[in-house]
Amino acid sequence: MTADQRTAPTRAKGDILLEIRGLKIEGQSDDVWHPIVKGVDLTLHRGEVLGLIGESGAGKSTLGLAAMGYARPGCRISGGSIVFDGVELVSASLETSRKLWGTRIAYVAQSAAAAFNPAHPILEQTIETGVREGSRSRAEAIADAKELYGRLRLPDPDRIGYRYPHQVSGGQLQRAMTAMAMASRPDLIIFDEPTTALDVTTQVEVLAAIRDIVEQFHTAAIYITHDLAVVAQMADRIMVLRYGKEVEQAPTREMLTSPKEDYTKTLWAVRELQNPERAGEEVVLSIDHVTASYGNSVTVLDDVTVKVPRGRTVAVVGESGSGKSTLARVITGLLPPSKGQVIFEGKPLPPALKQRTKDSLRRIQMIYQMADTAMNPRHRVSDLIGRPAELYLGLKGRAREKRVIELLELIELDESFYDRLPGELSGGQKQRICIARALAAEPDLIICDEVTSALDQIVQEGILKLLLRLQSELNVSYLFITHDIATVRAIADEIVVMYQGKVVQQGLKTEVLQPPHPAYTELLLSSVPEMDPDWLNNLLAKRAAKPITGVKSADA
Amino acid sequence: MSIENPGMAVEPPVVHRRRGFRGRAWRALKKAPPTAWFGMIIIALYVFVAVFAPWLAPFGESDTTGRAFEPWGSAHLLGTDQLGRDMLTRMIYGARNTIGIAFITTILAFVIGGVLGILVSIMRGPMDQFVSRAVDVLMAIPALIFALMLLSIVGPSTINIILIIAILDSTRVYRLTRSVAMNVVVMDYVESARLRGEGLGWIMGREILPNILPPLVAEFGLRFCFVFLTISSLSFLGLGIQPPTADWGSMVRENATLISYGDITPLLPAGAIALLTVAVNFVVDWFLHKTSGLRDDG
Repeated sequence: MTADQRTAPTRAKGDILLEIRGLKIEGQSDDVWHPIVKGVDLTLHRGEVLGLIGESGAGKSTLGLAAMGYARPGCRISGGSIVFDGVELVSASLETSRKLWGTRIAYVAQSAAAAFNPAHPILEQTIETGVREGSRSRAEAIADAKELYGRLRLPDPDRIGYRYPHQVSGGQLQRAMTAMAMASRPDLIIFDEPTTALDVTTQVEVLAAIRDIVEQFHTAAIYITHDLAVVAQMADRIMVLRYGKEVEQAPTREMLTSPKEDYTKTLWAVRELQNPERAGEEVVLSIDHVTASYGNSVTVLDDVTVKVPRGRTVAVVGESGSGKSTLARVITGLLPPSKGQVIFEGKPLPPALKQRTKDSLRRIQMIYQMADTAMNPRHRVSDLIGRPAELYLGLKGRAREKRVIELLELIELDESFYDRLPGELSGGQKQRICIARALAAEPDLIICDEVTSALDQIVQEGILKLLLRLQSELNVSYLFITHDIATVRAIADEIVVMYQGKVVQQGLKTEVLQPPHPAYTELLLSSVPEMDPDWLNNLLAKRAAKPITGVKSADA
Repeated sequence: MSIENPGMAVEPPVVHRRRGFRGRAWRALKKAPPTAWFGMIIIALYVFVAVFAPWLAPFGESDTTGRAFEPWGSAHLLGTDQLGRDMLTRMIYGARNTIGIAFITTILAFVIGGVLGILVSIMRGPMDQFVSRAVDVLMAIPALIFALMLLSIVGPSTINIILIIAILDSTRVYRLTRSVAMNVVVMDYVESARLRGEGLGWIMGREILPNILPPLVAEFGLRFCFVFLTISSLSFLGLGIQPPTADWGSMVRENATLISYGDITPLLPAGAIALLTVAVNFVVDWFLHKTSGLRDDG
């Protein structure tokens, strides 16, 4: 290893590296300051990994950034102290902080794609800080970056750095960002949900890479996430945050086996939602040997056949690029298939959206992954939900208003939401409004495209329960696209596993989840993190001993 | 991480209609900075003068009421022009003509450019290529010279001026609309509207337009200033608003000789143009600032 001034002895575990006392952070909205973080104490030793968990809005990210002495625009540190290796960061000048940032404290953001500058090659951005600080020459920095790429198991470490961010996959970019953070061998790295946006199969690789490199260099880390299973693999100690306050804090194993607070217990219990499967009878939608491609070259769906029974949930699982979302586009008519047909209620649907009747549009509704972008931010809830009722069922004036309020009650919200804009809703409420909008059309089939993957686990559970309740009340069918196996366990009756545009396996939930599996199903199922802190170790050991052949994750 | 809106928490749940449009507008106005207030007051003043010109002006628009180039005095507050017409009267009517024509022209430019811009952002493909390249061709020719050329061909009637400047300026509106609409068209909610079976009109007017409105309104203010200046320049060059219609641009030209005698009268219409431009820009700045944040609807 080249040019590492701070060698192992000084970096051994033990001493206190970061000490936060009574930290208060306020955020501004409408000229009023209100608290986000309300007095948090935190001590981090050298080489220790602290997992920070909590739902969104708990102040995790704000606290993570504050550990660097940084407050986002619109936020301010209003009290307490942050001492990093003897330096008080709250009162430090920007110049002092700047010397620490990027060299001794590094930050890995959730979305690497948004954090990289698209106009420069990855390597340039990896070495930028080191070269700026003058701690090493350009050539040394480049050689070191390449070594780091290798350690992070990026393919072709000597050349990948010369690519631009858009030329590598999301998982690779996330690892490149870890390399960038690691380039100056910082004492502390803050990981802000680094794997949340990745597929499970990719996530395993990134997690393993991050953990190895943190251990090798005895780097202290704050690992922010809302995924408990992930934090169980990564952290030495876990801190649970809620409403900007600490709920409890304990070493990982202790926290997992015996959480003390009720809130923590509910967090732990969320993943246990399970719905007994029911075999379907009458088929609502059948996708019959459909092949579809973008342009004339790339075949995204290859001879796919799927049947959706009435009043049941069919989960389509697979990693990104497996053709899950394309399947939804074919069903809705956005992408006419090149071969095969979609049969709805016994009749073939016209392939293109424009040829479909209003009634057939009404009967297939769609709920999107990102409720934020699925709702027009300038429309009020009354219009968002009211419009389909008006368009399809001709409801106007009082009747429409009554229907909107009925629907709001159906999704467990009340009349006070009637006039709100999407910006005034929380993530879970937004997704509920999207569900209400789909229900307003009184559909037979709802396509749910990753509807819970952008939400916290507690909120996820609420949405899944709501969907189950609505299904039993309204007998609507769901085609549930997801990559989260926990969600599948919770909601599905049948499972379709897709890989590279083909159906690998399909059948009732218990059949698919019972071994033996086809190779890809095996890879997918084994990649789903479990709460057991030894899960990642065991998995890696098992895979090293007996590699899964014939498939690879899109990212390796 | 969302910062919770404190206004929301205290709201009683029974309130069915929240603060209406008027309430929100009033709240925004109360928080406007002094520069924006200054701008708004000046604009209101101009509009008042323009609307009530016949009642405010001491004489008729093109009445010769004195000798040529009379100095400032009690009969003619700001003196007279080269034909003996009262300067103050001409200034007041000038507000009406210049602002009115500029306003109509800008609106027309926005209707043409805006509709085309949104339309091609939805259609994409060959239609987009065709319109965009045509617009590039128009933009490649310096606007003022092109306008001068066209006006000398078709003749400088008021309608021709409005049409020609509107079409030339709509190219810029088109560019802006197209680029901001492109970002909105790809959103899931637009796809959702298409899946719902909404028509083109709904998608353009209800899904896309409200989301690109802030930059367009800001552009409207700026564009209005440019149109206004273009008309004044054309008038100054003799191909704009034709005599005897009073217009600030031509008033500067007709009385320019007075400057050599140390008389500031010809600078007054020029000053009027400058003041309005500054005022509009103040308001636009405030509006841009207000809408650049996402929490514009407090």
